[in-house]
Amino acid sequence: MDWEYFLELFLGGLTRGSIYALIALGYTMVYGIIELINFAHGEIYMIGAFTALIVATVLSMLGLNQVAILICAAVAAVVYSCAYGFTVEKLAYKPLRKAPRLSALISAIGMSMFLQNYVLLAQTSDFLPFPSLIPDFEFWEPYAHIISSQELVILITTFVVMILLTILIKFTRIGKAMRATAQDKVMAALVGIDVNQVISVTFIVGSATAAIGGVLIASHIGQINFYIGFIAGIKAFVAAVLGGIGSIPGAVLGSLVLGWTESFFTGYISSDYEDVFAFMFLVFILIFRPAGILGRSDTQKV
Amino acid sequence: MKPILDVQNLTMRFGGLTALDNLDLDVNEGEIVALIGPNGAGKTTFFNCITGIYKPTGGDILVHGSRKESVRLNGLKPNQVTEKGLARTFQNIRLFPNMTVLENVMMGRHCRTRSGILGAVFRGQATVREEQKVVEDSYEILKKINLARYVDELAMNLPYGAQRRLEIARAMATEPFLLLLDEPAAGMNPQETADLDELIVWIRDTEKISILLIEHDMKLVMSLSDRIFVMDYGKKIAQGTPEEIRCNPVVIKAYLGEEMDA
Repeated sequence: MDWEYFLELFLGGLTRGSIYALIALGYTMVYGIIELINFAHGEIYMIGAFTALIVATVLSMLGLNQVAILICAAVAAVVYSCAYGFTVEKLAYKPLRKAPRLSALISAIGMSMFLQNYVLLAQTSDFLPFPSLIPDFEFWEPYAHIISSQELVILITTFVVMILLTILIKFTRIGKAMRATAQDKVMAALVGIDVNQVISVTFIVGSATAAIGGVLIASHIGQINFYIGFIAGIKAFVAAVLGGIGSIPGAVLGSLVLGWTESFFTGYISSDYEDVFAFMFLVFILIFRPAGILGRSDTQKV
Repeated sequence: MKPILDVQNLTMRFGGLTALDNLDLDVNEGEIVALIGPNGAGKTTFFNCITGIYKPTGGDILVHGSRKESVRLNGLKPNQVTEKGLARTFQNIRLFPNMTVLENVMMGRHCRTRSGILGAVFRGQATVREEQKVVEDSYEILKKINLARYVDELAMNLPYGAQRRLEIARAMATEPFLLLLDEPAAGMNPQETADLDELIVWIRDTEKISILLIEHDMKLVMSLSDRIFVMDYGKKIAQGTPEEIRCNPVVIKAYLGEEMDA
């Protein structure tokens, strides 16, 4: 067995998985709170990538250095995506809060199509080249082919985001309010929590992580178009279901498992069947654990 | 005595069904008031209207809290009602099952604290102090209610009686001046009910919180209440002291049916 190749696939899968995780978190957090699969979430990620592209193009014409561009582009992407996430919830989901769940789901699919076509019309249907914003630097020299500096930056960024998110949810006042709202909305309101505010914050936080994911992937892959949100959204959704939708550690674990599955299958068998392996694995897991790896079946609802 | 809750002509319709029909009810400062009636009389609907879960079709809900001016609660959201100083418990226990006992009580402090996300991320002085205070206050409440030994247990692992007490502890953490208890003794054994009786009187006397409760346990109602309101089919059919209610023929008829002679 070639350990170097194995390690390369392992780290490749880890990078891929951590990017899925950034998007999957938004799905799982929103589902945890309002039991809605926010199909427009992938589009939020796509809008983040587009915003970053526009800002980066403008700034590089002004001649800023690479790191400054990366930071400005990322901040702009986060702000813009958060604004979209917040607005989508207010426009498309809030009026349907008391409607049957299927209505909100249809509304989410509609929102997804609307945003895709909006970007298609406002921008272009072509693939646009995305500048490589993440700086290349030398490290760990003899083994640099195993993990590139870009991948390292992605891994570290994801790790930092996860830690911040954990702190937010575990220890802050709003984080506690989010957990309480997820467990019982009426009771949460009765201990004085503004449920609408908590839901808005959830959408904003989910959109922010998706936007960060968008900037990282776009910069890593090097091109974007209006459709990337759909593909990435489906993958991240699969990851969230795999881990147990509604559970935050589940989303991260599911994403990593999905990343590794894709990486190892494509590396050892064939890259033509990348998606086939991913979805086959999903089916396999769901047969044995229908609620996902860390999901609990919901039996205690009164 | 000064009224702190004053409900006038409260009406709630669900489509063609009138669940509450021109109901008047008031609670004075320092009172324990009971609301009784047969199943389906509309008692829980009444609580839901007052706490903002339902929006009443008509009538007025006025509270005169510690602050000077009186507030009309109609149409406020549940969290706003809680901020005004009303707290409630439910007929079926509604704790946050996956949080610890302490966290459950801390949630009750939510509406009385302010620090935001930035404060929590950067661990500012004020945030740390506020958080410390919340933990201390919450623990203090648990000690008073005799739940301190469960402090780090998950709420769902508590014995039934303790879960009920925890609901009351969480409600008290919101600093109410009026506590609404929906069948607090449901499913309790006689010992637990006796403890509850003691707890409710203690809350009124020591914590200076007035109490409005729905209860089916007549022994508990008669021993606790200063005044009793009786409902049937969404209407108030009687009100008075426990003595007056005990021998009121209308009440006996509502409970036992027409053919029984009182």
